[in-house]
Amino acid sequence: MSLRLSLVGLAAGLAFAAASPVLAAEAGPKPPAQSWSFSGPFGKFDQAQLQRGFKVAKEVCASCHAMSLIRFRNLSQPGGPGFTPSQVAALAATYTNIKDGPNESGEMFERPGRPADAFPAPFPNEQAARAANGGAYPPPIDMLAKARTYTRGFPTFIFDIFTQYQENGPDYIVALLTGYKDPPKDFPPLLPGQNYNTYMPGHLIAMPKPLNDGQVEYPKGPDGKSPVPETVEQYAKDVTAFMMWMAEPHLEARKRLGFQVMLFLALFAGLLYFTKKKIWSRLPEHASTH
Amino acid sequence: MAHATDTTGTEPTRRDFLLLTTGAFGAVGAAAVVVPLISQLAPDAQTVAAGAPIDLDLAPIAEGQAIKLFWRGKLIFVRNRTKKEIDEALAVNIATLRDPQTDQQRTKPGHERYLVVYGSCTHLGCVPLGSAPGEPKGEFDGWFCPCHGSHYDSSGRIRKGPAPLNLPVPPYAFTADTKIKIG
Amino acid sequence: MSGHSTYQPKTGIERWLDARLPIVRLMHDSAVSYPVPRNLNLLWTFGGILVFMLVAQIITGVILAMHYTPNATMAFNSVEHIMRDVNFGWLLRYLHSNGASMFFVAVYIHIFRGLYYGSYKAPREVLWILGVIIFLLMMATAFMGYVLPWGQMSFWGATVITNLFSALPVIGETIVTFLWGGYSVDNPTLNRFFSLHFLLPFMIAGVVVLHIWALHHVGQNNPTGVEVKDVKKDTVPFTPYATIKDLFGMVCFMLVFAWFVFYQPNFMGHADNYIPANPASTPAHIVPEWYFLPFYAILRAIPDKLGGVIAMGGAIVILAFLPWIDTSKVKSMTYRPIARQFFWMFVLVCIGLGYLGAMPADEPYVTLSRILTVMYFGYFVALALIGIFERPAQLPTSIADSVLGGSGARLAHATASEPQAKG
Repeated sequence: MSLRLSLVGLAAGLAFAAASPVLAAEAGPKPPAQSWSFSGPFGKFDQAQLQRGFKVAKEVCASCHAMSLIRFRNLSQPGGPGFTPSQVAALAATYTNIKDGPNESGEMFERPGRPADAFPAPFPNEQAARAANGGAYPPPIDMLAKARTYTRGFPTFIFDIFTQYQENGPDYIVALLTGYKDPPKDFPPLLPGQNYNTYMPGHLIAMPKPLNDGQVEYPKGPDGKSPVPETVEQYAKDVTAFMMWMAEPHLEARKRLGFQVMLFLALFAGLLYFTKKKIWSRLPEHASTH
Repeated sequence: MAHATDTTGTEPTRRDFLLLTTGAFGAVGAAAVVVPLISQLAPDAQTVAAGAPIDLDLAPIAEGQAIKLFWRGKLIFVRNRTKKEIDEALAVNIATLRDPQTDQQRTKPGHERYLVVYGSCTHLGCVPLGSAPGEPKGEFDGWFCPCHGSHYDSSGRIRKGPAPLNLPVPPYAFTADTKIKIG
Repeated sequence: MSGHSTYQPKTGIERWLDARLPIVRLMHDSAVSYPVPRNLNLLWTFGGILVFMLVAQIITGVILAMHYTPNATMAFNSVEHIMRDVNFGWLLRYLHSNGASMFFVAVYIHIFRGLYYGSYKAPREVLWILGVIIFLLMMATAFMGYVLPWGQMSFWGATVITNLFSALPVIGETIVTFLWGGYSVDNPTLNRFFSLHFLLPFMIAGVVVLHIWALHHVGQNNPTGVEVKDVKKDTVPFTPYATIKDLFGMVCFMLVFAWFVFYQPNFMGHADNYIPANPASTPAHIVPEWYFLPFYAILRAIPDKLGGVIAMGGAIVILAFLPWIDTSKVKSMTYRPIARQFFWMFVLVCIGLGYLGAMPADEPYVTLSRILTVMYFGYFVALALIGIFERPAQLPTSIADSVLGGSGARLAHATASEPQAKG
């Protein structure tokens, strides 16, 4: 039947259009999928990884990027890096330039940090950040793991519903942090302040290569060596895990509660199904006879 | 419904059991939903964190003077009492008080000259007068609440008027001779 | 359909109240003894699911409003404050944001169910039009709600959508300025959107009451499209039969809802909305929420600004005229061999438009959008014409016959509906 054929044709046409490469020139290669401890329905953060990631964030990223949605106290809350409250208080106190006030004489003053304080930003505002970074704005990194993504395309994005893939942001960030390469020969010459990155859309990024092997010293294990390699790849993964935690600090609680809710609803739905069958098996007399 | 009752004899019980279980599940589910809806009303993490203990230096408070400060959004009076005020507070026969408390119970040993109380009348929550110079201190050299006329003595105890209780003492401790930590 | 009331007040208090405010009688008549066609399938549970979603959105929304700050400098951080600091704030916010999406999932199924089974036809025209009004109110509410987090997509979505009105001749610019309360989308815009976002759900609730009133007055349509002839044979009482079925459908729907809330809470959102609004930089690729995409595709398919706005508005408004556009006397597509194929084509066209709405305004997407836009409106033309020459399959003589395999129920899928009488 011609109508049926046209239906099939329409579906096929749509599928073809969907599968055709979208703006191939602009989008870089797809970031490789990393294995994350927090992915999947039972995902949990790796505390040691979050602590290492925090060290990288604090020693490297924080010199240009703000993470002020995080307060020191968050570092000791359940589902986080697992610092103790006293460690957090000590850490907060190392920041001696927290703005407060006014005092009795009406003046603003600086005091040591408290656990309730936000992580201090490196620049007072966007303009100051731009001025100090050659006109480019280093975005806050506290939400970046949720604010960055890449196109999954059809039909992958539908499968993602079932596989629960949602680490688009973290995968992209790891790829970006490790994606600094020399530009290909046919690439136009870089201007000052431009850097080439494989995964940045358009390949031009203002941030210079931020991580280098051995740059951050990781805590030593009992054998006197760090249990994980001190390499760019490891730093990138660790700091990205920490960024994911910053963006979604209640991820563990969400997935845990989610499993309980799903289990409950599935059982309840089953019970309702049989109750419904029972009830409908006995229709009112007049409706069940001819 | 004749044909329904003459089926197997166990059926009604099974049906009842099923209905009961399903109903119980529904009730549990509904109760569970209420938990987040109610607990969101409690103070959030930021409010709790902002309510951490605070340090206060008492040295700037001259004898006979009082200061006001806030902790957890609540007003607190800190008064450096005069000898006369302390003597008055000690001299009271506590059996005559509406809310019997000795002055020792309301101050820290060795630091009796400092009185730290919440600045909120126990009647209906107005701020009693008497902390700033020139304000009426009531009939008992303490505080006077202008809303409904409650008089507190120099130990912050209710002596006259509608308020039922003494001005409560917040949790605090001396960390040095003239330094306290409230909370 | 609602015959005389069967409510019998038992106690003295009930009789006393019944004589003064017969509210228990009203509830009994509309939720207990109300007769529903016995052959309704699970698609008919979506009405109840939508009521549930509306209530859920209002409850979570009122709570979020307790913690949210409608100020352009604070809105973004106040949402993050909800996500981070408020007890179960992350849950309430994800329930609300995903709830909006699930609300639209349910309403689209509800609408397409009505389209397939001809639920818009006499005597249900007013019921249908009230539904279109609810749909429009829902779109307005959802749009303004999406502005509130004041992220990049909030800001630019608000800018683009409010600018649609500037296409109107003469008064367009004034309307836009009045929508904004300024010379651009800014704090006054956010404030009024918050106010209206709070108000509109209660207006939706009001129209829903009318919708249900109209429904209970004319009675429910059913998969055969044959009206109830004998209440005793063709219907069952709402409670317990429809109640338990609606509950089952609702909990199944909640399973899907919970999957997104707990496991994929940002799947249906945009990553860009986690970047605070920045009036100096538009995101590379701005798209509305998924439930607006088909209409957005129609808007972009027309190369003229005013034409696009008219086409987009017309795509929704035309639904209200469907009762008079469709010329067939037969309601259910089950018995309409030709129209049924057009229906499924229409479903594909809507999905296709949704996909194209998310794609950049480039070839081949623009041409495809134009083709599908023509096909979208073509469906309504087709319905007007098909009814004239189409020979429908033979209808069952009654609902009872279709269920019990009477003479008229020859088509297998007509009897595949839920209730199977035993004994």
